[in-house]
Amino acid sequence: MMASSYKDEDGHISVSGSGAPAGAVGDSLRSKKPENTAFKQQRLPAWQPILTAGTVLPAFFIIGLIFIPIGIGLYVTSNNIKEFEIDYTGVDVSSPCFDCSQKLSWNSTRPCTCSITFQLDQPYESNVFMYYGLSNFYQNHRRYVKSRDDSQLNGNEESLRKPSKECEPYGKHSNKPIAPCGAIANSMFNDTLELFYNEPNGTRVQIPLTATGIAWWTDKHVKFRNPGGENGNLTAAFQGTAKPVNWRRPVYELDADPDNNGFINEDFIVWMRTAALPTFRKLYRIIQRRNNLLPTLPRGNYTLEVVYNYPVRSFEGRKRMILSTISWMGGKNPFLGIAYITVGSVCFLLGVVLLIIHHKYGNRTNGADISH
Amino acid sequence: MYFQRASYTTVHVVERHLIPCAGEENWVDSRTVYIGHKEPPPGAEAYIPQRYPDNRIVSSKYTFWNFIPKNLFEQFRRIANFYFLLIFLVQLIIDTPTSPVTSGLPLFFVITVTAIKQGYEDWLRHKADCSINECPVDVVQQGKAVRTQSHKLRVGDIVMVREDDTFPCDLIFLSSSRDDGTCYVTTTSLDGESSHKTYYAVPDTMAFKTEHEVDSLHATIECEQPQPDLYKFVGRINIYKDKEEPVSRTLGAENLLLRGATLKNTQHIYGTVAVYTGMETKMALNYQSKSQKRSAVEKSMNAFLIVYLCILISKALINTVLKYAWQWSPDRDEPWYNHRTEHERQRHVVIRAFTDFLAFMVLFNYIIPVSMYVTVEMQKFLGSYFITWDEEMFDEELGQGAQVNTSDLNEELGQVEYVFTDKTGTLTENNMEFIECCVDGNVYIPHAICNGQILSAASSIDMIDSSPGGYRREYEDLFFRALCLCHTVQVKEEETVDGIKRGIHQGRPTSFYISSSPDEVALVEGMKRLGYTYLRLKDNHMEILNKDDEIESVLAMFCSLLLCVSVFSGEYLLFCKGADSSIFPRVVSGKVEQVKAHVEQNAVEGLRTLCVAYRRLSESEYREACHHLTEAMLALQDREQRLAQAYDVIERDFVLLGATAVEDRLQEKAADTIESLHKAGIKVWVLTGDKMETAAATCYASKLFRRSTQILELTKKRTKEQSLHDVLFELNRTVLRQRSISGLSVDCLDFGLIIDGATLSAVLKPTQEVSGHGNYREIFLEICRNCSAVLCCRMAPLQKAQIKLSKEHPITLAIGDGANDVSMILEAHVGIGIMGKEGRQAARNSDYAIPKFKHLKKMLLVHGHYYYIRIAELVQYFFYKNVCFIFPQFLYQFFCGFSQQPLYDTAYLTLYNISFTSLPILLYSLVEQHVTIDALKREPSLYRDIAKNSLLRWPVFLYWTCLGLFDAVTFFFGAYFLFDNTTFTSNGQMFGNWTFGTLIFTVLVFTVTLKLALDTRHWTWINHFVIWGSLLFYVIFSLLWGGIIWPFLNYQRMYYVFMQMLSSGPAWLSIILLITVSLLPDVIKKVLCRAICPTATERAQVKSPQRKSVLFYSENGFHVLLQSVFS
Repeated sequence: MMASSYKDEDGHISVSGSGAPAGAVGDSLRSKKPENTAFKQQRLPAWQPILTAGTVLPAFFIIGLIFIPIGIGLYVTSNNIKEFEIDYTGVDVSSPCFDCSQKLSWNSTRPCTCSITFQLDQPYESNVFMYYGLSNFYQNHRRYVKSRDDSQLNGNEESLRKPSKECEPYGKHSNKPIAPCGAIANSMFNDTLELFYNEPNGTRVQIPLTATGIAWWTDKHVKFRNPGGENGNLTAAFQGTAKPVNWRRPVYELDADPDNNGFINEDFIVWMRTAALPTFRKLYRIIQRRNNLLPTLPRGNYTLEVVYNYPVRSFEGRKRMILSTISWMGGKNPFLGIAYITVGSVCFLLGVVLLIIHHKYGNRTNGADISH
Repeated sequence: MYFQRASYTTVHVVERHLIPCAGEENWVDSRTVYIGHKEPPPGAEAYIPQRYPDNRIVSSKYTFWNFIPKNLFEQFRRIANFYFLLIFLVQLIIDTPTSPVTSGLPLFFVITVTAIKQGYEDWLRHKADCSINECPVDVVQQGKAVRTQSHKLRVGDIVMVREDDTFPCDLIFLSSSRDDGTCYVTTTSLDGESSHKTYYAVPDTMAFKTEHEVDSLHATIECEQPQPDLYKFVGRINIYKDKEEPVSRTLGAENLLLRGATLKNTQHIYGTVAVYTGMETKMALNYQSKSQKRSAVEKSMNAFLIVYLCILISKALINTVLKYAWQWSPDRDEPWYNHRTEHERQRHVVIRAFTDFLAFMVLFNYIIPVSMYVTVEMQKFLGSYFITWDEEMFDEELGQGAQVNTSDLNEELGQVEYVFTDKTGTLTENNMEFIECCVDGNVYIPHAICNGQILSAASSIDMIDSSPGGYRREYEDLFFRALCLCHTVQVKEEETVDGIKRGIHQGRPTSFYISSSPDEVALVEGMKRLGYTYLRLKDNHMEILNKDDEIESVLAMFCSLLLCVSVFSGEYLLFCKGADSSIFPRVVSGKVEQVKAHVEQNAVEGLRTLCVAYRRLSESEYREACHHLTEAMLALQDREQRLAQAYDVIERDFVLLGATAVEDRLQEKAADTIESLHKAGIKVWVLTGDKMETAAATCYASKLFRRSTQILELTKKRTKEQSLHDVLFELNRTVLRQRSISGLSVDCLDFGLIIDGATLSAVLKPTQEVSGHGNYREIFLEICRNCSAVLCCRMAPLQKAQIKLSKEHPITLAIGDGANDVSMILEAHVGIGIMGKEGRQAARNSDYAIPKFKHLKKMLLVHGHYYYIRIAELVQYFFYKNVCFIFPQFLYQFFCGFSQQPLYDTAYLTLYNISFTSLPILLYSLVEQHVTIDALKREPSLYRDIAKNSLLRWPVFLYWTCLGLFDAVTFFFGAYFLFDNTTFTSNGQMFGNWTFGTLIFTVLVFTVTLKLALDTRHWTWINHFVIWGSLLFYVIFSLLWGGIIWPFLNYQRMYYVFMQMLSSGPAWLSIILLITVSLLPDVIKKVLCRAICPTATERAQVKSPQRKSVLFYSENGFHVLLQSVFS
């Protein structure tokens, strides 16, 4: 009866069955008295907090008291930031860029330009950052995100000649390897934006735009490297490669400045950092403040000259130009401030509610406690 | 070597089908072992030589060559591993969002760790096997002892074993160096019993004293095929002498020396014949894994897993459908900037949809984590050490602490609803003391033992109803003799073999009695005090030192344990000792009424009673009985059945002699333990073979029944008067009425039920009647459910296993100490064995073994409680943290065109469950104590808080899942609104998608870890170290992972992402904000629940003195603070 209740499930013998010697050793070990250590007896000294209304109340009030001022501060800061945004896609017939957006094609040789005038109501005092924004552009699509070769971009000669297969179908063109390969590089934003200040006297002053310092320092100096060493001839280094299909110029002609040419061109680097959401903005240029007395961008009328190259209407996208000042907490972002104020107030409110509950019910448990 | 050996050991081993002759029907599988250099006996059936395994013990599972394939196969047979393997293969085959590494690495890790563990264990087994297989053995070959290695033994070899040697295989005992043909053996390594057991040589061969003699033996052994029961062996030996008919002798378990046992107190034994070798020995057959029991927690876990699997599949389906709906316009499907390759374009749309579905599955598969299985198993394995380490459960007397035989059921200890306990040895000490006896109506009380010395016969007997007369004297003599003869007690001498004689003759008690039944020892010792000393068993003669200091030698022939025939002064007497219920029906004369009354009176006092009867046999009756019995005993098949038949013929027409009473004291703190169990809401059933009165007395003593308990009786006595049906319905009405009156109050509902074995089997018997009379079983169970204590007396061992509470499947725990409890222990959800006096069988077959019954309290109320809350939190938390982890990925699909773009980097996906969030929960599940040990012991009612799997019910599960969903939504949309179209940095530079994911991931890791910190009630330094350490590890890892260009990776997407994020102020602020928001609901829920309707556990937490001061302090501080704020 007893024996039949052994069931051999695994078809093997368990460890303890390893024979008499092992069993004997086990016996002698087992017969030892267990050690009286705090850990083994589960009596380690311990701090034993409990979340009661009493203990949590102060925390709620403190959170409320800290969060609300932070929120107000953030909100005020965010409101002080000046931001100007203009859509230049040219969807409407009335829009200056409508023509360009209509007749755009990748292989047209003559660039199409259009200019949009706008007015800034307030002077922009500190450095102004110029962004371009795209909507409905899925830079975060999986096929798109992985379509790059980081080792090629890091200046690896082998990858330059033989791009990774992740780049397909933007890896090779007429049997030559494409540099830089991949969908991201291929679709690089290539509109040119220029800003002119229309002085009240009617003269147009071009505002100098700085094209450096827009990419992460580490990207520009470590992650992206040109092939063929620091001072090599870029043209020679890229010999035997094809330019991306949609590009007008090869990669080694992106900029005249050798420190901003090839893979380490900052516009290129900025584009290569894929955005998280389908509506995004990317830093285009920086307008440095030169004169401490004058605002960087005074009040007045401005003209945005666009060399319109980049088609977005096929996927119902939009293109924008944004001018923004920056504070210690970045650009305009009322959400963070509002969120802090809300959470702070909720905590405070909860604190009050808990206080009431604590007084109503807490006494009861306390009473029981004392009577105990 | 082999051939050489084969040439001179001519042992013929035959397996054959015996021709069914009278009484040997159905005996198909037997083996015949031929010993000696003789031809097979003439006229024997044709035989086919059969190969038996050699004596190699192979406990190892793998060989060097098959380890990898076999181990992998074993591991992937587990459904979870197989699932992960499938995911991994899918990742390898199709183009998936995450690299195969993310699921391959954890799987590889798990598989490797398991394989290393199993490999190491197997290596140990190999080593142990090797040392066993190569140990030297003496084999008798051609009249000489030849030394060889153990694994070269064959079936039929004659082996010589010396003192303190371990038997190399299962042997039939032929002769011994001791004159009486016995040997002493300990079976410590087999069943843990350290007492010496006596084995007997085959009578015809016990005279052999040299190798030559042994070698000249011409005999065959027929025996059954190997079977694992250690205590059963059926066989016979046929000895051929010259040309005579072979002499058949029966072989039983007492002739079979088991492998693994050790020879003691015997110089050497010759001529033992191997019958079972190698893997066929009983030891090897026994060490096989028992059937697995699954805990309730595991069942809930599996149910949750299925829910999550459904969630996973529906998520993948929704996303696939939405993807194709969204991609309807080609500009979205393939905008100019993002073309497919030609290869992809040519694929059929159905295949594409299917691969997309699989890709989504892969993306979301982390919702069912590999690591949960590993963590749960580690928790169980490591956690069970706390039981073995527990000093309070260590028994100094036994020198042993609690023992864990399986760690799968730790948490089940916290879920017990019914405890089935054995009485003798479990509730009671099983330390019997002879109290009194009643001979033919006269009561004898031996005086207390005076320091172990035997008092003189005359003074030691206190006759209460003295009415001297020859008639009485004769009965007295018979009675005492019967008790001296009817037993299986052995005399164990202290030092040497010769010690017995010397010791007894010089009046020094150097010998003591040992037996598997303490009752018998008590009786024999009691007889000694009354003047009849049992000396020893010699050559089938029992020697008794009687009152007049004469040694009487009686030929005793045992029929069964309680019965013996003895030839006594020329007369044949049949003595019988047994429970009153089995004796009285067979008695024809004697002072039945008086004895019966006395027996009942004794039983009420809680004493164990036995009755003694005898019968005079005539010469012819004796011969006939002997014939029947021998025939039955020689049978190889159905031996037990046929013996029982033979007994029935003999056991009748007895004359009642008297009765004995033996006291068994309660174990220390048994009452306290039972009381605690009651308070904990556990219903206790006592199952015993004792008389109802005895058992009831024990129950009152152990506080199982209290004065206020209303006793319901369901016994044979009652059912004799009324029909079973009426009794059942009446009881049911009583119970229901009481409940309707008392309403909810628990204390008033104190019913105790007493039922006896006969009635129980009547109740549980499936009724053939049509449903009109109802199902007794249901009514009975209904009554039982309303009783806090149930006493089942007069139970047969097998019946103990039959008590199963059907329908609701409440968690049952069986506790017992003897072999008769084993079936019950194996049957219950949790089986606990007590390392008691009746051997170690119960402990060996149990899931947990404890030294004493009182340890059950700590086992259930403290350890069980802790294990349950620990594992419940572990399971819920694992699901929670993976909802938090994966749901943002799901939401992200709506913003990336359903392209299966992962939100987090590969390293984060891989390491989230393995290292960032694994250790805190593992530690929590090992050391958490939500209430102190003392509080748990002080207030057993806390156990009710976790009853019926309360922490793993669906509402709780839903709460955790909703919490996970809320947190995930907070993470994702919090980050979404912060990222939407704004600059995060003070230098105007923008962040990309990987920063977005890293931000969410950082919030995730911190929230999930802090959530656990909020749940932790017991902060030891290890908790601090692990929780803060694992957060620190995350930060350091992220810094390192983004800190350099990793040469072996083909992408550098994480380069400086984490650092850039940390350099931005708004990122810090949003991380803090999102963590706060995520934790807020849980904190509020906890505080509100505690304030408005605190559970008993929560009250107990506050009551604990240490905490009171903390609370007091903080409250005071707070009031001061408030006053200053509001004034």
